[in-house]
Amino acid sequence: MSTSALTQFEAALDELGASATHVERDAFGDHVEELLDPPAVGVTLEETLGDDALSLDGTSVSVDPTPVELREATTGVTAATLGIADYGSVVLTPTTRGSELVSLFVDRHVVVVRASDVVDDMKTAVDTLAVEFRETGGSAIVATGPSATADMGELVQGAHGPREVHVVVVEDE
Amino acid sequence: MSKADDIRRLMRTEGAAVAANAQGFNEGRYASVAELDDYEGLKAEARAIKEDAIERLPELLDQLRESVESNGGTMYVAEDAADANDYIRSVVADRDADRVVKSKSMTSEEIEVNEALAADGVDVVETDLGEWVLQLADEAPSHIVAPAIHKSREAIADLFAERFDTDEPLETAEDLTHFARERLGEQIVDAQVGLTGANFLTADTGSMALVTSEGNARKTVAATDTHVAVAGVEKVVPTVEDLRPFVELIGRSGTGQDITSYVSLLTPPVDTPVVDFTDDETPLSAFDADREFHLVLIDNGRMGMREDDQLRETLYCIRCSACSNSCANFQSVGGHAFGGETYSGGIATGWEAGIEGYDTAAEFNDLCTGCTRCVNACPVGIDIPWINTVVRDRINRRDDEAAEWLVDGLTPDEEDEGAPLQKRFFGNFETVAKLGSLTAPVSNWLAKTDASRWAMDLALGIDPRRELPEFQRETLVDWFAGRESRVADPTRRVVLYPDLYTNHVQVERGKAAVRVLEALSVDVVVPPVPSSGRAPYSQGMVATATDHAERVSDALAPHLDDGRDVVVVEPSDHAMFTREYARLVDEEPFARLSANSYEILEYVYGLLENGADESAVRSGDGAEIAYHSHCQQRTLGLETYTVGVLERLGYDVATTDVECCGMAGSFGYKSDYYELSMDVGERLRDQLVADDVRDRPVVASGTSCLEQIDSLLERQPRHPVELLVE
Repeated sequence: MSTSALTQFEAALDELGASATHVERDAFGDHVEELLDPPAVGVTLEETLGDDALSLDGTSVSVDPTPVELREATTGVTAATLGIADYGSVVLTPTTRGSELVSLFVDRHVVVVRASDVVDDMKTAVDTLAVEFRETGGSAIVATGPSATADMGELVQGAHGPREVHVVVVEDE
Repeated sequence: MSKADDIRRLMRTEGAAVAANAQGFNEGRYASVAELDDYEGLKAEARAIKEDAIERLPELLDQLRESVESNGGTMYVAEDAADANDYIRSVVADRDADRVVKSKSMTSEEIEVNEALAADGVDVVETDLGEWVLQLADEAPSHIVAPAIHKSREAIADLFAERFDTDEPLETAEDLTHFARERLGEQIVDAQVGLTGANFLTADTGSMALVTSEGNARKTVAATDTHVAVAGVEKVVPTVEDLRPFVELIGRSGTGQDITSYVSLLTPPVDTPVVDFTDDETPLSAFDADREFHLVLIDNGRMGMREDDQLRETLYCIRCSACSNSCANFQSVGGHAFGGETYSGGIATGWEAGIEGYDTAAEFNDLCTGCTRCVNACPVGIDIPWINTVVRDRINRRDDEAAEWLVDGLTPDEEDEGAPLQKRFFGNFETVAKLGSLTAPVSNWLAKTDASRWAMDLALGIDPRRELPEFQRETLVDWFAGRESRVADPTRRVVLYPDLYTNHVQVERGKAAVRVLEALSVDVVVPPVPSSGRAPYSQGMVATATDHAERVSDALAPHLDDGRDVVVVEPSDHAMFTREYARLVDEEPFARLSANSYEILEYVYGLLENGADESAVRSGDGAEIAYHSHCQQRTLGLETYTVGVLERLGYDVATTDVECCGMAGSFGYKSDYYELSMDVGERLRDQLVADDVRDRPVVASGTSCLEQIDSLLERQPRHPVELLVE
């Protein structure tokens, strides 16, 4: 990560109609709380981000919800393993804990990414994923802005997936 | 219904929506690729990956199978549509599924899997909103990326009102999207099988890339316990790293998005838990990710295409739709006219010929005029016009017509290629032009009579609403032979190629070219040289075109030996020498001819840049002018030289940016296509009558463009070189 990558990342998100905020590790929980449009559900972030400070405990987010809770939720909070500066993309990993469901079956997606995980460009991101895929057989969603469709006669944001995306960049260095 | 009626109906009913969307995508493409640091490099990388992958296809398929199986999935390679459908039906039956939800997949359209499953009583639901609209309307896609491009918002609102009992009328695009999302959302969570396509497959990991924006493909996979992915065998690439150029190019090339909302890189079966969406007690993490994965790869003619030296390139296609959106004819008619059973746009000719056969390709292949505007737009550099030409040639050879003897007398074909009457007439235009000049002006008077025009329409399909070219009694070659060379101490020496139109019809522009060159101290010769072969090439008469190309190459060789450059007035002939001849003559003579051939204003630009005396040609003195470049000239990047020369001479130049004038050689003369040609021309007309342009004199480089503009405007256009004399 470089300062310019972060600046570019946020500029790209802005252009996509997604919003982004910065937060220090110790203010994480309170910051996330402000971004929720309740009811909110989430997955444990510590697993993906490897940092106990980045926990949803103490927020109103229902972590590891039931399927019915998920469908009734407005906001979903999950973590991204990478941010891609030149596109404003986040890389989401479908986990056994249902991260993909929480990212997708909600109107508002709040994505948490560590500043140190924001890479400059698509090439770096794909090369990173390639190594990981060969080791773990994993999957990833490169998500860029809200879901959208132009199939109903003009561009509409919010098709099958989220209508709003907010990226929380955690300062971790 | 005749072809002309069919095209007229589609232009009336779907033309407006198609034009607005396709042109919007096309403009978006130009803007989006311009942001890339190295667009050409990325395209070259994408091309190289596809070339390598298709070359090593059998080996990569073996590797892919190993990867998929070690991930816990299965891979089935189906010979044809029926084979694929049988397999998918058995998977659905084994799962005892009553509903299959689908994300958008053209390959699934190709095999018509919906019909096969419906026959088993399975409820198949398209979840891409465009595909769902078409499923409700029982219509076929008109575009390979945006399948309902032909339907306006109003038409979709009417369709929903007719099909559903909604509480409130749905009007805005937001209303319609919200309604569809809710309705489909219920059906997705209740389905057992999720059927997706795959834009790319990686042999090293057994992963797939799905390029989408709505999120329906993600839901289709995440909400079901059985994932079936259907793709053509050509979708495999060696490694995950290889995905990168495609990820960056596919959205930009197609709809002009830098990237689509979601690029799912899945290594199925995915880890997402399979949940019961009605469960209010069990947390998500307590459900197992117990999911089956079946990769169904379709041959259906593709392995045959791989063996075919001309069709092979089609397999590099990533289905981005750039060739549709950049095509002037497609912008007017859409994929319901410019398409076959499944695929549409320029590349569809290759797909449909290889998959369905030549009868299907023949239904729409003539809509490719060879303007080449798709060539630079294609992210994998497929020579789409060449594929159309080859397929046209093959169709010609199959369709021998009974009335052949009639044309053979008038327009003897060098090679018996079996082309139909109309194609032979246009393809052998050199003979017509020679006869026309020889007997002018009588030939022109005769051609203009009602009886002649009626007969031409009937026998040759030449639309009576088109003005015919007027042949000049004195050709450019004759005129030049009767004068002395005027340059005492030349800086360069050229052979001015007397193309068919400059030599027989628009002789004045040829004389202007000679005078300008001589004024700039260039020694000029204008020898008789055969016509370039552009005319037969356009008709798919490749053997005849090759014969022309070889004779032209032979005729110009001594002049090249003699140190002369070749200067060409007609851009479509210049494009033959520098592009198309690569396929028609040997490598060495092609390399020499193409390296030494120049379009006339390109040459003048070079002369001026290298110190020629600018004051020797007429200056523009700040005059305003409108310039329409020629499609093939623009593809070769030569528009800039004409604009450069005119600006240097003091003109204020406004340029057009439509992809093609619509005339495209003989295309606009043909009765079947006259109205389409004029519809395309209307877009050019609109630009030439815009506020700041309407009072400007018009210049255009191409013969066809000049004829088209002449029919569109009151103002009579000229060739830009004519501005430089007088």
